[in-house]
Amino acid sequence: MSRDKILAAVKLNQPAALPLPDMDVLNNLTNVRTDLVTKYKTVATAGGTFVHEVNGFDKIKAILKQNFRPEVKIISALNEPSDYIYTDTVKFEDRHNFADVELTILRSNLGVAENGALWLTDKQIGSRVLPFIAQHLAVVIGKDDFVPTMAQAYQVIGDADYGYGSFISGPSKTADIEQSLVIGAHGPRSLSVFILS
Amino acid sequence: MSTATDKHHPQLAADFNRDEPRVNWHDETLWWVRAKRDMAAHKLPEWELLRETASQIKLNVLSNLSSYLEQFEANANKNGIIVHWAQDAAEHNQIVYNLLEQRGIRKMVKSKSMLTEECHLNEYLKEQGIDVIDSDLGERIVQLANEPPSHIVLPCIHKKKEEIGDIFHEHLGSAKGESDPKILTETARQHLREVFLTRRAALTGVNFAVAETGEFVICTNEGNADMGAHLAEIHIASMGIEKIIPERKHLGVFLRLLTRSATGQPITTYSSHFSKPQDGSEIHLIIVDNGRSVQLGREDFRNSLKCIRCGACMNTCPVYRKSGGHSYHTAIAGPIGSILAPNLDMKKYADLPFASTLCGSCSNVCPVKIDIHDQLYKWRQVIVKEGYSPKAKTMAMKAMALTLSSPALYRMGGKTGRFVFKYAPFAVNNKFNPWYNQREMPKAPDQSFGEWYAKRKGAKN
Repeated sequence: MSRDKILAAVKLNQPAALPLPDMDVLNNLTNVRTDLVTKYKTVATAGGTFVHEVNGFDKIKAILKQNFRPEVKIISALNEPSDYIYTDTVKFEDRHNFADVELTILRSNLGVAENGALWLTDKQIGSRVLPFIAQHLAVVIGKDDFVPTMAQAYQVIGDADYGYGSFISGPSKTADIEQSLVIGAHGPRSLSVFILS
Repeated sequence: MSTATDKHHPQLAADFNRDEPRVNWHDETLWWVRAKRDMAAHKLPEWELLRETASQIKLNVLSNLSSYLEQFEANANKNGIIVHWAQDAAEHNQIVYNLLEQRGIRKMVKSKSMLTEECHLNEYLKEQGIDVIDSDLGERIVQLANEPPSHIVLPCIHKKKEEIGDIFHEHLGSAKGESDPKILTETARQHLREVFLTRRAALTGVNFAVAETGEFVICTNEGNADMGAHLAEIHIASMGIEKIIPERKHLGVFLRLLTRSATGQPITTYSSHFSKPQDGSEIHLIIVDNGRSVQLGREDFRNSLKCIRCGACMNTCPVYRKSGGHSYHTAIAGPIGSILAPNLDMKKYADLPFASTLCGSCSNVCPVKIDIHDQLYKWRQVIVKEGYSPKAKTMAMKAMALTLSSPALYRMGGKTGRFVFKYAPFAVNNKFNPWYNQREMPKAPDQSFGEWYAKRKGAKN
């Protein structure tokens, strides 16, 4: 069997055991918790994300109303605003019908200041393709939900049990043609982030 | 795509160098990417500690790889991922084909996987009548152009936008003469959306596989891996045995290094963690050896398996930048490819360790601290010892060794050389002398150091 042959060959050829490095120094060194929202905003904006600091859901609703006509298909993971299709009612079997989704609105509880990444798991996403297939993506996050770097992000995630999770740091993009940055490759053409105070 | 060619690096590099403005453009574009990497690295005061930590994690992985692989398999199984093992490219391709065949699937969408390039999966599946579409924009472009990727991160970095416009006009119906990257990208978006929505199978690569949790991580900027995998009913992921990392928290080291080293971005747009299949779909993971366990046994070269495929060594390499990815005639080009390829076929890739100035820039930018240029130097010695070095080079080296070991021959050789340079320069300034191809030959001095010293000594006495 190939499995056993591969494992035997690896075992035979691997060098003597070496220890794992200590991660504490790195984790503590990077654990600077000042101005996280400001740092996040700077990096995220540079990566093409639209960042809004808002004081409530009414404000989010108002901004979205300005940008999206009422007749477009919007799928939302938020209880409010309540006039959208709720993610929990969306089934995996329906995934091929999402091609016309204009906007997906999701909730994140973990943002990373150093790189603009927001952590989303399938509990928050529902059907996994939703944040990718929508023409636009909006994510709502609390102002206290930011950590400095990926080191702290994985401390927060810990041994959480999820089927799927993704760090999303901006709109879908590519620079494959002559290194020219183009926003809107296969996924959303824009990412709007609402930081709730 | 096939990379089969009888030509070696020097000839292929000479082909690439026929178009001088293009070479300069290629060189400058990659150097610009390298400069972005520097800016990103310099923003982190802990950068060197981060590299050292990543290096130590990878050394630990290589030294415990068999048990990590078993741990990963057990956890992945627990999560509902079906794990397959392939000793070589042929077995890998067969597994993919069987998975498709059993389900009656004839069309598949694929996101970037250098392993499948190494295995020549696309050609194999095409022969079996299976249609494969690459969904990464750069890979789609080279696929339509019937070429292999020339760079692991920037697959069509050798192509100008006008050429891409022509390819899209021919295959995707864009307007003739259109070369605006925005419009071309939109054309590809529309074409590939249709593909994503209609494929029942999606194949992806793997960036990291976590032994502790049985999950694997895929990084893209375009979102193509996620679009394919989430819409399909079967997701096949292919990974080399060296993609394992011990614990989830170690992702916090590698995801900080990967894109900063690759393109200077702080992270990819998407870093997706696949742990369990979505209800109603399947995840199959193929763990591939294909020579890696042999490389693990080569003490001088095993560290090449630490590679996380960022491409920084290519962007910085003066030889890569001026000879182009295709001149390496292997799936993974550049300095790292030149230490991986001879392990697979020492005879076929005997030229690659010589495609380097040994300047060491590759080792300096490597995020996991692989001693790339030392390994290139060591491969040269192995290749010469095994008798695979180019004939002309071997003869020249033998002649030189003989000359240097005999004072009489050495003096005579020097005299002859100076005479020829002075009175018959055409004998060396011609196309039969490869050294003259890109260089002016030096002016020969009238006398050797030995002669000058003897004369000076005589005058003093």
